[in-house]
Amino acid sequence: MDIRNELNGQLRIVIVGHVDHGKSTLIGRLLNDTGSLPDGKVEQVHEMSRKRGMPFEWAFVMDALQAERDQGITIDTTQIHFKTEQRPYVIIDAPGHTEFLKNMVTGASQADAALLVIDAAEGALEQSRRHAFLLHLLGVRQVAVAVNKMDRVDFDQYRFEAVSQEIRAYLAELGLHTSTVIPIAARHGDNIVSRSDKAPWYEGPTVVEALDAFRPQQAPTELPLRFPLQDVYKPDDRRILAGRIESGRLRVGDTLRFSPTGATATVVSIEGWNHSQPIVAAQAGQSIGITLDKRIFAERGHVAHHEEGAPHVTHRLGVRAFWLTSEPLAVGKTYTLKITTGEHRVTVESITAVIDIEDLSSTPAKAVHRNEVAEVVLRSRSPIAVDLASALSRTGRGVLIDGHDVVGGCIVVEVDEGPAASANTTEVSHAVTADERNAANGHKGGVLWLTGLSGAGKSTLAMALERALFDRGWQVFVLDGDNVRNGLNAGLGFSAEDRAENIRRVAETAKLFADAGVLVIASLISPLQADRARARAIGGERFHEVYVAADLATCESRDPKGLYRRARAGEIPEFTGVSAPYEAPEAAELTIDTGAVTPVEALGELLDYVDGAFGRNALKRDRV
Amino acid sequence: MTADLDYLESQSIYILREAYNRIDKLALLWSIGKDSNVLLWLCRKAFFGRVPFPVVQLDTAMELQEVYDFRDRIAGEWDLDLRVEACPPEADMDQTLPPLTRAAARKTEGLKNLLRTGKYQGIMVGIRRDEQATRAKERVFSPRSLEGDWDVKDQPAEFWDHYKTRFDEGTHVRIHPLLHWTELDIWRYSKREGIPIVPLYFAKDGKRYRSLGEKNITFPVDSTAGTIDEIIAELVVTRIPERAGRAMDNEAEDSFERLRSSGYM
Repeated sequence: MDIRNELNGQLRIVIVGHVDHGKSTLIGRLLNDTGSLPDGKVEQVHEMSRKRGMPFEWAFVMDALQAERDQGITIDTTQIHFKTEQRPYVIIDAPGHTEFLKNMVTGASQADAALLVIDAAEGALEQSRRHAFLLHLLGVRQVAVAVNKMDRVDFDQYRFEAVSQEIRAYLAELGLHTSTVIPIAARHGDNIVSRSDKAPWYEGPTVVEALDAFRPQQAPTELPLRFPLQDVYKPDDRRILAGRIESGRLRVGDTLRFSPTGATATVVSIEGWNHSQPIVAAQAGQSIGITLDKRIFAERGHVAHHEEGAPHVTHRLGVRAFWLTSEPLAVGKTYTLKITTGEHRVTVESITAVIDIEDLSSTPAKAVHRNEVAEVVLRSRSPIAVDLASALSRTGRGVLIDGHDVVGGCIVVEVDEGPAASANTTEVSHAVTADERNAANGHKGGVLWLTGLSGAGKSTLAMALERALFDRGWQVFVLDGDNVRNGLNAGLGFSAEDRAENIRRVAETAKLFADAGVLVIASLISPLQADRARARAIGGERFHEVYVAADLATCESRDPKGLYRRARAGEIPEFTGVSAPYEAPEAAELTIDTGAVTPVEALGELLDYVDGAFGRNALKRDRV
Repeated sequence: MTADLDYLESQSIYILREAYNRIDKLALLWSIGKDSNVLLWLCRKAFFGRVPFPVVQLDTAMELQEVYDFRDRIAGEWDLDLRVEACPPEADMDQTLPPLTRAAARKTEGLKNLLRTGKYQGIMVGIRRDEQATRAKERVFSPRSLEGDWDVKDQPAEFWDHYKTRFDEGTHVRIHPLLHWTELDIWRYSKREGIPIVPLYFAKDGKRYRSLGEKNITFPVDSTAGTIDEIIAELVVTRIPERAGRAMDNEAEDSFERLRSSGYM
């Protein structure tokens, strides 16, 4: 082959499929039959096979590890170079065993195109489908299918058609385009490099012809500019912003806006080293450095773009995620989301659906387990500059990091632009305002004051609400009347003055929490109108009173702590409802009659109210 | 036709900049061969003319004289922060290793000493996937255990250019910015950029070094290629593996895997 073909754009191709369907064998054969193996390799493989008492094992060409050869499985992905008449290739071998999915993902993510290998007798088993699904998520759009081990089914055309139709339908549903399904017998070289005479009914391409028909991925130079910063260097008096252009083009003289800060500046130079001429333009795929006309606050993770075609800036994203680790992804958990060079702490707000790999159906779930794919809503405390994966794949995808490890990947399918927008059109100031806290949390801070008789269900409701909101990623905390008396208010008794002081202290503490952005659920009998009025004065407009109503008879029949019985027996003096008055609120923001509704209904009512008063819609309202 | 080289260069610069930003204490291993020369060149591009971390040679005192001469000249011309780390003697090596592999293991031990004394968290190495089958399994950011071991059966997920950059205290990471390059790429890029090369790579009396190592375990191969162009032409047609002149690779089926598992480059 001449040097010109050698330099034709190299194509990276990943071989995927279910374990034991013959991926490594196919590759070994492909390398051998195209004359790509170095001298002595075949002899080496003969020797390795003989030592293990096996017939000649093509997979040993790829499986470089002792453990792989001894167990007869591919553990980790590997890469090997080979050439056809047309161009050079990098073959990426991806393990088929479910145990090693993270290695499959590692390999497949680097590919321009994929070859999916399916056993003719077994059809598209679980890992075939999972791999196809992951190809789609990883952004590998060109797929050819090889139906292997056709010799085991006597090159039966009907069997081939059945497998072929099944996988075509599945791929089509994923939106993967496949032009080609090829019947092969990798072990014997049928339809790999040369056409097999055992399947005269097949008129399509051989494996090599199918590979040659793939196109290399092009850098997205025609899409909007995205230049995420990697670092800022000051080698001398220059201040160079370094990074790689992920999409689009950039020229000296362009005005750039940086997200999420909103800062703008003009490109003065594109810096290089060992360049004979000044660089005036750069495009997607290039690692560059630029200097600006003014000194703006810009750092790693910020994304430069043009005024037109800006990325979304948001605190809340819907993603399609794949999960790679044994500890499940769960609602309420916090991870680091890394998109290009930007890192953000995110909380899982909800899991909309876990997708069944077999039939692509969706079911809601509380957790996503290893190797599963799911639709998930993430909330970030810091604003994220991001794109929809369908528009700009490179800035519309990211990894989830837990502790030191990458534990999953995701593509962005939905962006919630509401509350973040106005916070990010001006440069970030370093004093944190209440608005910023609210935007970061996705809800307002405030005080939800639950009042009512002992046994009305305040504590139960408060705790259930705290759990539900926490699971949605809220900053939430219960100040319980009984609990504060053990610490903050230890030493206070039950006299009228002490009860008033008890309430005042709780109200002040609740206010501090609310200032910090937390939704405080204060759960106290607080029987007197005057005490509650003072609490409302302390809390201001963020104070919302909830009357947990239940008539005395109901409360007394519940008597969870046995207090009514003791009060009736005269063991507790000044007991609210029995020997001391309870003044029901006249203008509570919400009344819930726990005697009339079930606990689940009560929680539902409360959640609806909280959503409206402190949640996303409340934030949006504040901004108009 | 060098658009493909631009891509390789940009990818390597991206990796170098990630390493420099994410890893506190970095060093670059310079074997003075063609690959680590390219790596140094790429550092100068990534960081606008300077190499902002120490450059370490693991010295067995067994390199050829041309190699030492080249080292001293380039270290001066490029203003490198060169550190020479002397490797412990062969007698200290694991005696169950085959003899030539044992000689190579000296560099592993030299590296371990370097890590101990220098407290480096990241070591950049110019290895490539196409050199050798176990190197083909490598990650770009490849974590090592406290003892420096490579757990090849449980490597981190690495995709979309997101690398593992957080580690437990006391462990380190190998960074491989040239992993995706081929031998041919190295030569084409060296030619395009005019990167200096140790003269031993060029044929003399019908032999040249295709891969440079210590003189006791590396041998020149038959070749008439006396210029970079001739080397490129030779590589396009050859079916002889690059490391054919590296005696230790083929001593036993798993000798190279054993070397690498215990920390060899």
